[in-house]
Amino acid sequence: MVDPRSLATTEEAPSSSTDVELDSPTILEARGIRFAYSAEGPDVLHGISMEIPENRITAIIGPSGCGKSTLLRLFNRMNDFIPGTDLRGEILYRGVNVYGNEVDPVEVRRRIGMVFQKPNPFPKSIAENIAWGPKINGLDSGASLDERVRRSLEQASLLDEVIDRLDAPGTALSGGQQQRLCIARAIAMEPEVILMDEPCSALDPVSTMRIEDLLFELKKQYTIVIVTHNMQQAARVSDYTAFLENGHLIEYGETNQVFTNPRQQRTEEYVTGRFG
Amino acid sequence: MNALSGDSPGLQRRRRMDRAFRVLCTTMAWTSVLILAILLLDIIRNGTQWLDLQFLQSFSSRFAHKAGIYAALVGSVWLVGLTAVMAIPVGVATAVYLEEYSPKNRLSRFIEVNIANLAGVPSIVYGMLGLAIFVRAFGFGHSILAGAATLSLLILPVIIIASREAIRAVPQSLRHGSYALGATQWQTIRAHVLPVATPGIITGVILSLSRAIGETAPLVIVGAATYVAFLPEGPLDNFTALPIQIFNWAARPQPDFHDLAAAGIIVLLAVLFVMNGTAALIRFRTQRNRPW
Amino acid sequence: MQEIASAPSLETIRAGLRKRRLRDWRESGVGSLLLVCALVSVLTTIGVIAVLSVETFSFFREVSVADFLFGTRWTPLLEPRSFGVLPLLGGTLLIVAGSSLVAIPLGLGSALYLSEYSSARTRNLLKPILEVLAGIPTVVYGYFALTFVTPILQRVLPQTQVFNAASGTIVVGIMILPMVASLCDDAFRAVPSTLRHGGYALGATRREVSLQVVLPSALSGVLASFILAASRAIGETMAVTLAAGATPNLTLNPLESIQTMTAYIVQVSLGDTPQGTIEYKTIFAVGSLLFLITLAMNLLGHRILRRFQEVYE
Repeated sequence: MVDPRSLATTEEAPSSSTDVELDSPTILEARGIRFAYSAEGPDVLHGISMEIPENRITAIIGPSGCGKSTLLRLFNRMNDFIPGTDLRGEILYRGVNVYGNEVDPVEVRRRIGMVFQKPNPFPKSIAENIAWGPKINGLDSGASLDERVRRSLEQASLLDEVIDRLDAPGTALSGGQQQRLCIARAIAMEPEVILMDEPCSALDPVSTMRIEDLLFELKKQYTIVIVTHNMQQAARVSDYTAFLENGHLIEYGETNQVFTNPRQQRTEEYVTGRFG
Repeated sequence: MNALSGDSPGLQRRRRMDRAFRVLCTTMAWTSVLILAILLLDIIRNGTQWLDLQFLQSFSSRFAHKAGIYAALVGSVWLVGLTAVMAIPVGVATAVYLEEYSPKNRLSRFIEVNIANLAGVPSIVYGMLGLAIFVRAFGFGHSILAGAATLSLLILPVIIIASREAIRAVPQSLRHGSYALGATQWQTIRAHVLPVATPGIITGVILSLSRAIGETAPLVIVGAATYVAFLPEGPLDNFTALPIQIFNWAARPQPDFHDLAAAGIIVLLAVLFVMNGTAALIRFRTQRNRPW
Repeated sequence: MQEIASAPSLETIRAGLRKRRLRDWRESGVGSLLLVCALVSVLTTIGVIAVLSVETFSFFREVSVADFLFGTRWTPLLEPRSFGVLPLLGGTLLIVAGSSLVAIPLGLGSALYLSEYSSARTRNLLKPILEVLAGIPTVVYGYFALTFVTPILQRVLPQTQVFNAASGTIVVGIMILPMVASLCDDAFRAVPSTLRHGGYALGATRREVSLQVVLPSALSGVLASFILAASRAIGETMAVTLAAGATPNLTLNPLESIQTMTAYIVQVSLGDTPQGTIEYKTIFAVGSLLFLITLAMNLLGHRILRRFQEVYE
């Protein structure tokens, strides 16, 4: 399945394994991404290039501090809120550089949603948590907004648990429920891509299972990029896996291949648990 | 033009509102600076003509051109000195007690809540306490001592709160190191905790004393005189103080006296500026030299 | 054998014990001394309450509580005497309401700018300026009101009296503005940045995140800052004494002269009022009311603030 050319290039330049054969069109692409948190500081990403396929789950794995969350946050310009950062390279969304001069970051985040490491529901009611995004973005109002709230909760498989208390504060839910609320909140915007930054790291195993099941459902409609330090999770849920180490993209390929037949020595050591 | 440029009318309107809101908030924040500038310029414009050596060396007078701020300046120095002598030991001791000694019981909790509430009591109420206790019950009369005792109680909560913060910032490891050498609690506090906390305590003390210098209402209540043609020679003498003198001049209808008030304000603000500058300098230098 | 020989003599053990006892005595002595100092603040509170209540009770032996609290004429220094505190209370409330109109919008806007918009450098410049504004003595604000604000008001609205509530209101508003700004800024900064990021990730603008995520999340902290600042305004003395006048006047017109509770206390104190007279007692009755109102507001404000801090710690 793997293009022999890519084998050759990855041997020489592991940080730019862009030539993975994807079974779906590219929706997001990182092109030669170099990133530092300050102009004088060291690069935390050293020229990452990779393509994210549409309607697939792409996992980004790697030891902590390898830059995987930083990379994820570049996709929807969340790093804009850190002053003084230094970014070179391009992030292309359907061929448009999201850091281009003409681009409005608000529009980017409307289309590329995000779920965070720790559930962060607003201190508003469950229904308002979900309705807020569509409301400010003028997607819906009135009855059809209520319907959107229900639909999103259903898609996030939370509806049954909260149907009788939509007016209760979102913060009153359990951790796992809060995270599904945050997923529902992202879905309600009908984004094309959902970025997930270690969405299960603050959750118990049962809640984690529920979210993983949910990911399978969601990938029918959405492109999902998930950052995780949990290799079993990456192996279970993702179609493609990228392995990052020290800001270098070591290996990128079909999940099955990365875990069972890695091309790089470092990847093998990492996925078999010899380090990291 | 592309899919991400956000050119939909809705988003354009939101961006316009966002920009307008940013301008609004920015303007509001800088309004304070503008007000401060106007205030200072107004005072300087009106006050500088009267501000000379004669002004600093003369007593107050019914005639604006003869009037000066000498008695008030000396009175304020007396007041602040006595206040410092009374308030600093008690304030720092209270802070040490609350941070290092107090058992976690109801008395300690009560003392803490009590201090927080005292900090919010209007200064004029302290004046009434001073009038009834120091002026009348203790028989200090309308003296510097009565004024300073009143101001001491007034700034005590400020000193306590600032000193507690400074003491709390001393790392626990320093205390443990001292105890491990067989030092007692008081030895530890005296030799290690207080020296490290001193810059923070001094900063808090200076800021609280600069508040004491500017206080007017409590001094009016304990009966600071508005016309004093002599210098106080002891703590039981009658007195006037800078803010009292300023108040007195500002309250008169003649514009000349208003300008005298402005000149007095320049003197008062200069004193405050020097004090606050010193506090800021101490704060800056310790922040830089601290290894933790 | 040798060990026994080198064991400390009874005398050295006694000396050691004496030394230790001395040390223990010193240690507990220091502790007690510090406790005595800590009790000064408790004594202060007891003193305030005792002083206020003794004179106030003696005041109420001569004037009924109902006449004091609900009377609409305050003329304790003139015949026929009348002790209705409502004009003073009304004057104070007029100042509080007016100064809130100045300080709340400006303080909120400044705090949102500081916490949501400004760069670290601008912030480090603006915060000390706000502190300077807060540190200027109130008598200076009184002078400013009288010689700068009032003349401007008179030029714009010629019916403005020399002493008027509006002028006092404006400078008291400026005085409490730094307090509102700084407490609100603290409250906004206590809101976890993950909530802001949640908002931005849904495609919200900075204004929408500020007003619809940060502000509601910090609402109780903001409310507490309003209460504490209003309490400051109630207790404020010299600026209103100089600017607003000495006319107990039950009015809503800010261009007229009024008198606040604090200004009345100053007015009486400036004269030489003998102890035991009804005039002397009135200032303690008014002082008690002032103390109770500010205490209640401070307790409420701090309570709300504590609850708010618990939510986000």
